[in-house]
Amino acid sequence: MDATGGTSVQARCVGDTAIIYASDYLNKLTGERIERECKRQLEAGRHAVVINFRDTELVNSIGVSILMGVIDVVEQTRARLIFSDVNSQTASLFEMLGITRLVQIAKDETEALSSLTSSHAGS
Amino acid sequence: MENINQRLLHTFAALADLGQEIANTSDFEEMLRSSFHLLLGSVAIRRGAIAQHDRQRDTLRIIAARGLEHTPDTDIAITRAHSRHLASLGTSLTLADSTSEAARFMETNQELFATAEIQLLLPLVVHERLIGVVLLGEKASGEKFTEEDLDTLSALARHIAVGINSHHLLGEVKRKAEENRHLYDGLRAIYKETVRAFAAAIDMKDRYTQGHSVRVGKYSEVIAREMGWTDDEVEGITIAGYLHDIGKLIVDLSVINSPERFSAKDSAEMSKHPAAGYEILSPITHPYADIPLMARYHHERMDGAGYPDGLKGDQIPPGARIVTLADSFDAMTTDRPYRKKLPLKDVLIDFKANTGTQFDPAVVCAFCRAFLKEIEGKKERRLLNLLHRNYDNLDAITPLLNQLLTEFDGVAMAVAANN
Repeated sequence: MDATGGTSVQARCVGDTAIIYASDYLNKLTGERIERECKRQLEAGRHAVVINFRDTELVNSIGVSILMGVIDVVEQTRARLIFSDVNSQTASLFEMLGITRLVQIAKDETEALSSLTSSHAGS
Repeated sequence: MENINQRLLHTFAALADLGQEIANTSDFEEMLRSSFHLLLGSVAIRRGAIAQHDRQRDTLRIIAARGLEHTPDTDIAITRAHSRHLASLGTSLTLADSTSEAARFMETNQELFATAEIQLLLPLVVHERLIGVVLLGEKASGEKFTEEDLDTLSALARHIAVGINSHHLLGEVKRKAEENRHLYDGLRAIYKETVRAFAAAIDMKDRYTQGHSVRVGKYSEVIAREMGWTDDEVEGITIAGYLHDIGKLIVDLSVINSPERFSAKDSAEMSKHPAAGYEILSPITHPYADIPLMARYHHERMDGAGYPDGLKGDQIPPGARIVTLADSFDAMTTDRPYRKKLPLKDVLIDFKANTGTQFDPAVVCAFCRAFLKEIEGKKERRLLNLLHRNYDNLDAITPLLNQLLTEFDGVAMAVAANN
């Protein structure tokens, strides 16, 4: 397990899964940081990415668009993507916009990791 | 109901954010990219592009895109009929539309739109002119675009169109301004060359003072720069120096070229030249301020004993006070028919005797500072080069220059403070 932070975005790895922590307001700046970190982790060979929204209060339209880009990037590398710890407001926004059809939402990190482990074991 | 409210809030926030992005005029690319993200995020669309209309080439060029990596990097041809029709629509088009001219445009480019999985086209229109189009793929939900979606996207697209159009207008204004600046610079260069030629012509009339006007211009330039004048003001005073004696054109040749000191009658004739210069220069629109006034007042004195108007101190324009000193300096450091040039030491003694009565202390001090800086090698040799080899031992004049500064710098500062 390792952790990175500083100028970009908080992230840590559990096995070959990268867990990226979204900030309180997901906008252009913070969204692009997540996108960059996601690409970096996939290039480093991670097979799954969990984006943890535990601190996220608000996602704006640019944030949504960047998340769509993240979904594309993950799909292109045939990796798995799960959003976890999404608050009810953000969850209903994702539901309303149809994002939940493209990405799995887990209650928390544990559920996300367990989901990844079970799908990996089953594959 | 909660869902509707949330959609409204999300749309409203997108519009508010878009307003901020479009206000970013410093980085057009970034403004476009962010606006496009906002549009995609407002209804969660995975891929799309903004293409800008090039009226000269009848093409649409993609200027922002997401998820269209496989789209060929070429412009999309669009006929004038298609662009006119798209502009007149003012609404979105889906691929399912098949009746209009615009739909035929989409049909023409079917292969491109199929590759990019484009589902929707939004014309970007300002003042009934096609600025570009937004091409959009399917929604993340996979559902069809609803009327509300189309309304939201159309509203955002209108803002983006205005943003792109404003950028182009701004670019056009900047281009025109740059063009005008070049033209203006060219005209100024011509003006300056003409003035220099004119100065030479003025000096040709007086066989004893050839080069006088140009030198007075250059001395004035050095003094004004030392006084902290702006580049534009310095250019102006240089021109004023070149033209200060233009009024001599009306003075009889025999008076100007008299080998002896002027008689009272000749002096009266000569003293007409500042006012005559003003009359000659006034009708001309100069690119610099107060040129005619500097010609009119270059024989005024601080004590009010000068001519033509007997102005005193502050009543004399600052530029004229500079030209006065430059004019006197050149007169004293060049040969005249009735006397040889004075040694620099004597010139400075004359300055000392007449500062405050004839010369402005601030101008004398600026002249002394500039001269000292040149002697000490702290400044380009302008005054010294203008004097050529006609100057005596510089070591002898350095104490005098310092003495003048000590004596008059305080006076100059006190005068400036009172003003």
